[in-house]
This record gives sequence, C-alpha cells and structure tokens, in this order.
Amino acid sequence: MIPDLGRYAFEVTLAYGVSLGLIAGVVLLSVLRARRVARDLDAAEGRRARDED
Amino acid sequence: MNVNSLWEYANPKKFIRTTDRVLPSISVLAVLCLVTGLLWGFFFTPDDYRQGSTVKIIYLHVPSALMAINAWLMMLITSLIWIVRRHHVSALAARAAAPVGAVMTVIALVTGAIWGQPMWGTWWAWDPRLTSFLILFLFYLGYIALWEAIENDDTAADLTSILCLVGSVFALLSRYAVLFWNQGLHQGASLSLDAEENISDVFWLPLVVSIAGFVLLFVALVLYRTRTEIRARRLHALSLRERLA
Repeated sequence: MIPDLGRYAFEVTLAYGVSLGLIAGVVLLSVLRARRVARDLDAAEGRRARDED
Repeated sequence: MNVNSLWEYANPKKFIRTTDRVLPSISVLAVLCLVTGLLWGFFFTPDDYRQGSTVKIIYLHVPSALMAINAWLMMLITSLIWIVRRHHVSALAARAAAPVGAVMTVIALVTGAIWGQPMWGTWWAWDPRLTSFLILFLFYLGYIALWEAIENDDTAADLTSILCLVGSVFALLSRYAVLFWNQGLHQGASLSLDAEENISDVFWLPLVVSIAGFVLLFVALVLYRTRTEIRARRLHALSLRERLA
C-alpha cells in the first residue's frame, strides 16, 4: 500500500507527518476554544438573566 | 447579491445564522478535497526524474504557501473594511484568520526546508523568497501577539489593522519575489495560466485538488473561528459589565 519512496522516504514522510500534525493541531485548538467560549458565554448570559429578574 | 446586502453580514447575528447553514457543507467539501488531493499525490503519482519522490512534497508546500500569502491578503481586506467602515465582524475575521495563516506559513517553511535539504543541499538559504516568507511569519506572530496584548478590542483592531497594512509588503514580496529577483535559489511558480509553463498534468491535477482542499479548509476554519471571536467579544463585554456593577 505504501508507495516506494526510495532514498527520500524519510524526507517525504516527515513533510507529510509534520504538515498533517500542524493542520490537526489548529483544527483541534479552534474546536476547544470555541467550546470553552460558548460554555463561558452561556454561563455569563445566565448570570445576566438572573440579575435582571 | 448587491453590494448593500453584503454589509448585512457585518451584523454578528446574521453572520452566525448564515455560517450555521454554510459551514457544514464547506467543512465536508474541504475534508473531501484535502483527503483526495493528498492521497492522490502521495500514493498515485510517479516520482520526478530529477527530484525523485520528494516531488510529492509539492502537494503540501504549494497550497500552504499560497494560503499563507492569501490569508494575509484576506486580513488586509478585512482590516481595511474595519478602518473605513468600523464593522466589528471584519476585524474579528482578520483576528480569526491570523493563526490559520501562521500555521500555513510554518507548513510552507518546514516542507520547503525538508525538500531543500536533499535538492539544494541545505535546509535554508537567505534567498529573497524564503527570507520574505520568514519575515511574513514574524509578522503573523506580531499580529497575534498584538491582539492578545491589548485589552480594548477597538484599539487592538486599530493597531493590528495598521500592522497588517505594513506586513502586506512582505506578503506581496513573497508572492512576486521569484519574478523580479533572479539571484535566489527558489524556482519559478509551479502553476501558471500559461499552459507552456505549467507542470505536467500528472502532477498538476492532484495539486489543483489539494489547493482546493487548502482553500476550503482555510475558509471553513476562518468562518468557524470568527464565530468564536464574535462570542468571545460578547463574553468580554459581559465580563466588563459584571466587573463594573
């Protein structure tokens, strides 16, 4: 299944590994921050609604 | 869509409602194009007669370099919209794009170095394009740091917009350095509208799919992150109100 990358196998595999890792990292951090902000905003909106009642 | 209706998306609620509808489709399309382009390039393209299998790095390097430059240009446009029309969503879109653009720049620099070591015999050369790319990366870091350093959102948007205008010189230099600086190691563009100058179809087709994947991934991430920035701005305003109460 893996193609024969010849004498440059290390370089090609390293390039793909690092790049996919960085892409996965930015996606993961974006999702985690979005969830944290949404949770904190819900809590703040809840406190505001209670204070106004 | 007329020009007036475009400004409707500057309304945060309208922006979130619209992205609720389009984001899933864009995300699915991005993953499909990215997976297809990279798998096609990695598994189903031949080695180049001079570069051997390192030619497969092109499917990461070219799209990421393209997006590193275009992300900054997108930030330039949204920064100008902020300066002229004071729409918060445009400033927040620029803020949301910066980390994604920085990651694209790192991918372009790292894959370029990994390719350059066996092909040029060095990981790095102070070539005009490489150097302007490194400076562009430093501008990305400075831009992100400036947003984090200033508590007042409007002041941060003003200052980062100015920084974005200055950094655009290096974004454009990165794009056009190969055309007017001949002393560098970096070769000319891999893609061109002139069919004579283009790379062979066997490499070109998966490269175009991979570029489409990177573009869609960038759009999906920026829309997603802009929604987060809109909510974070609201959260910041509520926190300030609580502190003052």
